[in-house]
Amino acid sequence: MRRRGAMVGLIVVVIFLVLAIFAPWIAPYDPIATNFLKVRKPPSIDHWMGTDEIGRDVMSRLIFGARASLQAGVISVLIAVALGVPLGLLSGYAKGWVDSLMMRIVDALLACPFLILAIAMAAFLGPSLTNAMIAIGLTTMPIFIRLVRGQVLAVTVEDYVEAARALGNPHLRIAVRHVLPNIVAPVLVQSTLTIAAAIIAESALSFLGLGQQPPAPSWGSMLNVARQFIGQAPWMSWWPGLAIVAVVLAFNLLGDGLRDALDPKES
Amino acid sequence: MLTYVIRRVLISIPTIIFISIVVFGLQLLLPGDPALALAGEERDPQVIAELRRMYHLDEPIWRQYLIWIGKVLQGDLGESIRLKVSVGELVAAKLPVTIELAAMAMLIAILIGVPAGIVSAVRKETLIDYGANAIGLAGLSIPNFWLGIMMILLFSVHLGWLPASGFVRPSESLSQNLATLIMPAFVLGTGIAAIFMRHTRSAMLAVLRSDYVRTARAKGLREPRVVYRHALRNAIIPVVTLGAIQFGELMGGAVLTEQIFSIPGFGKLVVDAVFNRDYAVVQGVVLCTGTGFIFLNLCADLIYFLVNPRMRG
Repeated sequence: MRRRGAMVGLIVVVIFLVLAIFAPWIAPYDPIATNFLKVRKPPSIDHWMGTDEIGRDVMSRLIFGARASLQAGVISVLIAVALGVPLGLLSGYAKGWVDSLMMRIVDALLACPFLILAIAMAAFLGPSLTNAMIAIGLTTMPIFIRLVRGQVLAVTVEDYVEAARALGNPHLRIAVRHVLPNIVAPVLVQSTLTIAAAIIAESALSFLGLGQQPPAPSWGSMLNVARQFIGQAPWMSWWPGLAIVAVVLAFNLLGDGLRDALDPKES
Repeated sequence: MLTYVIRRVLISIPTIIFISIVVFGLQLLLPGDPALALAGEERDPQVIAELRRMYHLDEPIWRQYLIWIGKVLQGDLGESIRLKVSVGELVAAKLPVTIELAAMAMLIAILIGVPAGIVSAVRKETLIDYGANAIGLAGLSIPNFWLGIMMILLFSVHLGWLPASGFVRPSESLSQNLATLIMPAFVLGTGIAAIFMRHTRSAMLAVLRSDYVRTARAKGLREPRVVYRHALRNAIIPVVTLGAIQFGELMGGAVLTEQIFSIPGFGKLVVDAVFNRDYAVVQGVVLCTGTGFIFLNLCADLIYFLVNPRMRG
């Protein structure tokens, strides 16, 4: 059951990746080309998903919008992993006051609601897709610090790590050669699930006007405009929302499946 | 017991100090000269010099923090540049609206999530379980701002049953108040209902495998009694503390929900502040939600400690 779900998730993720990478060849129209003769036209043969408030093709914008969403999901999680994993290793490995201090900082970061902190950071940094990715990356980082630290604490008491230490291996070598390989699986699972959360966060920030700036398309900003025409042009809000749900659901299914496959204790 | 309570309270203090450092540190993210950023449209050098003096921007950064935190501890969160009102007053005015919305959302989340979790654990690996899991996963994957738009489309535009936006205070008309809040509260509650459902399910599954449940069954107790009297009572405790942790999710979700339904609460305050470059308000809101989260967690831990006899030793 779970495995089938994970496969479906993987297929959907690959489809959207292909759409994002080959957007210029797949999209039927230019995503920012306006046409005032075709303002807010419902779905038709020419425009499968209809047109928006200034006559742009919704389907083309949706396909190009996949770029912003996937980019934001992947890059912000890469930022979180690149900062969170070394800090988690340090915290779990150093123990003592370094660990206590880092854990209090992590507690403080986790205490501030994720989205509110991301909004605040995006506000101070200035609205743009890059800054939204930095804000999401920094606010999801503490999850990885805590996860890696927990794994390190569990692994360092294992016999083979004790043995490596007894043989006189330097700390850094033990951390990289013996501890790091053990934390790859949980970090991979958490990354997949965090990509799902990051995609929702990016679309939320873009929805509020703090992410991708117009006229460049993103699903969140498409929804923000669509909301104003909900009575006259409901199709404008159907597709971007369905796209977000499909991608996020796919990453969640993939993450759940990976967890079952990589970590038998959890299932 | 007293030592546990004191220890638990003391451990929250450094966390709150770090929250304040994070909130203060936000202004370091401002690109360029902070005085210019604070001045906004204003380009008068005298005004900028005044701002520099007012916010002690020429002092070293650690002194700026100490001056700021000193004021915060006296209840002075600064002033909204745009509205010329103290941030404390603004927060106090908007908070009750968001608390009402959040409380209704939490109630909806519990009413949906907990029973769904129980049923899917008891009927493990049946169609009901798969169905509940699928709905739960969907609840986690549907962004609440899109769900809000779709509900407005259905209930306001097509059916005309509920107002699409706006807010009526309960003191003006309770029925109107409920009519304006039911849709936003449902939108905000569904994501959390999914989290409740998943946790209740796994907690129930763990408890249903335990020895005392097997004993209860062996005594010949009927299944509903086993489930509700023996299993649920133990499974529900971790789920209750989970409720406190969901506070952050609720506050973050409220920002978007209030935006869609034009509800004048905490979330709308922070979004408006972001667009007006009203940085003191943004910092005030983050500080209040962070501290509120720590306080709620502290309460949850203490309640957990009080209701769970095993922890009292």
